[in-house]
Amino acid sequence: MADISNNFAGIKSPNPFWLASAPPTDKAYNVERAFEAGWGGVVWKTLGEEGPPIVNVNGPRYGAIWGADRRLLGLNNIELITDRDLYINLREIKEVKKRWPDRAVIVSIMVPCEEAAWKAILPLVDETEADGIELNFGCPHGMSERGMGAAVGQVPEYIEMVTRWCKANTRMPVIVKLTPNITDVRYPARAAKAGGADAVSLINTISSIVSVDLDSFSPQPSIDGKGSHGGYCGPAVKPIALNMVADIARDAETAGLPISGIGGITTWRDAAEFLALGAGNVQVCTAAMTYGFKIVEEMISGLENWMDEKGHKTLDDVIGRATPNVTDWQYLNLNYVTKAKIDQESCIKCGRCHIVCEDTSHQAITSMLDGERHFEVIDEECVGCNLCVNVCPVENCITMEQLSPGTIDKRTGEKVRDKYGNWTEHPNNPSVVAAE
Amino acid sequence: MAGSALSKKLQDGIAAGRINAKTAADNFGDIHPPLGDHEALVASDRCYFCHDAPCVTACPTSIDIPMFIREIATGNTMGAAETIMEQNILGGMCARVCPTETLCEQVCVRETAEGKPVKIGLLQRYATDQAMQTGKQFFERGAESSKHVAIVGAGPAGLACAHRLSMHGHKVTIYEARKKPGGLNEFGIAAYKTVDDFAQHEVDYVTAIGGIDIQYGKKLGKQISLAKLRASHDAVFLGMGLTGVNALGLKGNEPEGVVDAVDFIASLRQARNKTRIPVGRRIVVIGGGMTAIDAAVQAKLLGAEEVTICYRRGQENMNASDYEQELATSKGVTIRHWLQPKKLKAKAGKLSGIELEYTELKGGKLLGTGAKTTLVADQIFRAIGQSYEDASDGALELNWGRIKTSEDGATSLNDVWAGGDCSDSGDDLTVTAVAQGRDSAEAINAALSAQSA
Repeated sequence: MADISNNFAGIKSPNPFWLASAPPTDKAYNVERAFEAGWGGVVWKTLGEEGPPIVNVNGPRYGAIWGADRRLLGLNNIELITDRDLYINLREIKEVKKRWPDRAVIVSIMVPCEEAAWKAILPLVDETEADGIELNFGCPHGMSERGMGAAVGQVPEYIEMVTRWCKANTRMPVIVKLTPNITDVRYPARAAKAGGADAVSLINTISSIVSVDLDSFSPQPSIDGKGSHGGYCGPAVKPIALNMVADIARDAETAGLPISGIGGITTWRDAAEFLALGAGNVQVCTAAMTYGFKIVEEMISGLENWMDEKGHKTLDDVIGRATPNVTDWQYLNLNYVTKAKIDQESCIKCGRCHIVCEDTSHQAITSMLDGERHFEVIDEECVGCNLCVNVCPVENCITMEQLSPGTIDKRTGEKVRDKYGNWTEHPNNPSVVAAE
Repeated sequence: MAGSALSKKLQDGIAAGRINAKTAADNFGDIHPPLGDHEALVASDRCYFCHDAPCVTACPTSIDIPMFIREIATGNTMGAAETIMEQNILGGMCARVCPTETLCEQVCVRETAEGKPVKIGLLQRYATDQAMQTGKQFFERGAESSKHVAIVGAGPAGLACAHRLSMHGHKVTIYEARKKPGGLNEFGIAAYKTVDDFAQHEVDYVTAIGGIDIQYGKKLGKQISLAKLRASHDAVFLGMGLTGVNALGLKGNEPEGVVDAVDFIASLRQARNKTRIPVGRRIVVIGGGMTAIDAAVQAKLLGAEEVTICYRRGQENMNASDYEQELATSKGVTIRHWLQPKKLKAKAGKLSGIELEYTELKGGKLLGTGAKTTLVADQIFRAIGQSYEDASDGALELNWGRIKTSEDGATSLNDVWAGGDCSDSGDDLTVTAVAQGRDSAEAINAALSAQSA
């Protein structure tokens, strides 16, 4: 059986599945239930500085988008950091860590951007014997208006400065949680590294308005007829998160910096994809908030079985394996030629491949043959775009087949070339001409 | 079971009251309860929005099914109802009585993929019910044309024709032989398929467009004649269905207890109190179509102890769909094949049984084998089809015993159109009758417009 035990920036846990800092990790009751269910670690919901507790809205905090069968695809929230007393949280963290020594307990923190504030809270967290801290530089709503959360995370200089303060004032590994609400995630990641961060985690939620009530014309979740942007998460954000994880993983300046992957992870497969792109472990929230803690059983068993099947013995055999395969467009092999192929046996003749190709693409799929519904790729027209594969409701019915070198591409009439060739050397590239 | 109830149930002969009121209510309730909002959303999500969808091709009225389902899925139920009714103004009834398992749902790609089609019929009912419950009308009567069209029969074909003619501004008078409109929708369909007087509500909904007058008790060949209708109207549409019932063709007089299945079905539909409809203890139904099934199932639901359908050919030849056959057997009806009626047996003038002969196919011909069997029966339903009775004094050319029509319903007379079961292109389906009524209306409108141009 594959070993999925995890060592993330020196923090050990029995598996790479942590619960992200969020409502599921706000108090001992939830966290105990999570550990009983099998989660490898938790990032405790963000603590703020000592003082009167945070005030949340008293109306709805969440909004969602669904598939037509009400499968939750994206969740948006306007909840703030913990609204419980700092000392109750600290006491519970200490108790939980003591009872669950093999699990990772990380404490998320967000205090004002002043060294004194960080200096004040860090010893208190140290004392809980938690395994690490995560700096919440990501929260896009409410706290950012007060100069915290994403307001810090959007300014690399602040990230570096606060990270440095933390490193100087705690024994614990420091994980910097990054906001996706920026233009290039490599800059905040580099800043975290420069400040001495032991790791980064990403993505935090994306600024969003999830929907508008068309009766009241209020954004949702609606608070007395008004709405405010919230943080978007869940399966819908996974592609954005994967891209940002890969950006950091393959950036020479942050090479080797551990990454905790977050964003829409719902199944073991999602988790494996994050690991492959360079995440050292993953954090989950929306999936747990949709289905409860039990889903971790499927995640553990699915990851183990896949690793066994593929012969991966430890997580290190998986982590970063896809990173070198992420490249820039200009280096993609233009001599790699594919055509769609429709398996007539599994085709159910819905005709969607035909109509999307006909209406919106390259007119490369038939709809009729001898008066019968028949869907077949016209090689002379097919550019291999993959749209038909994406809209086909039957898995593996349409596949993209590579034309082997030497065969004629019926669309161009040219022989498929044997060697790798990319845009940088293509005759149509003006910069190639300029260089001559 | 109380002794008296049991004795009622086991009483020989044809008797009412074999079931009590509660059982009647349970047995004759809606066979397919309507979808709730959530069920409709989940069901609509399964539609793939196919291109040139097979379900549309399979629908005799060519309803844009993927579009109306998408409209349901997006919360636009009125849009869905309009999409349906643009093609089929009796979409509500068709949603209830169409054999969807042999039409749209049979060719649904999800039937191909998983053996589970999208619930097209129930979704259609969901949309049309909502529109009809709110009284929402999607179509307006056209500007008055000063043309007057006679329609014979207020059944599905006649109603669809009338509605479309009114959309074009023509004045319509429907001549109906019975005292109520609806045709087979009202008289010919099993009670559990269309509950709560739906057929009458639908007639009201269809005629609400205006310009449609229905005159009752006017039977072609009796109170009215084709010649007079032609003389007093600009065009005539014939949609009176089939008025004759095929006989069993047995020698001798029929004893008491042999009845037409269509009459039994009609009396059940019209009965407020179903327990008052008399039914035999042991029943044999002769036939293999929907009428045989509707009669057999309802006889069982009325408390008959044994109901046996005898069909002279094999299971694969039955006109009733597999679904209908399964429904019958699930209600306790026995279906037997390769048996044809030979002789009725009677005791003291009352039916006591039927002798049947085993049949076989020889060289493509159905032949009696000489081998026989006898079933005890105190009631026999004839369900071997209905026939066209000419009421035009021979003025109309016939084809296979029905009115000869071209694709748009035109008959051999240039001012007479026909559709539904009385026409040679009918297939005994409500939905086909609707399509033919609608298309004939378009043809009539084109002809009348050409006249005035």
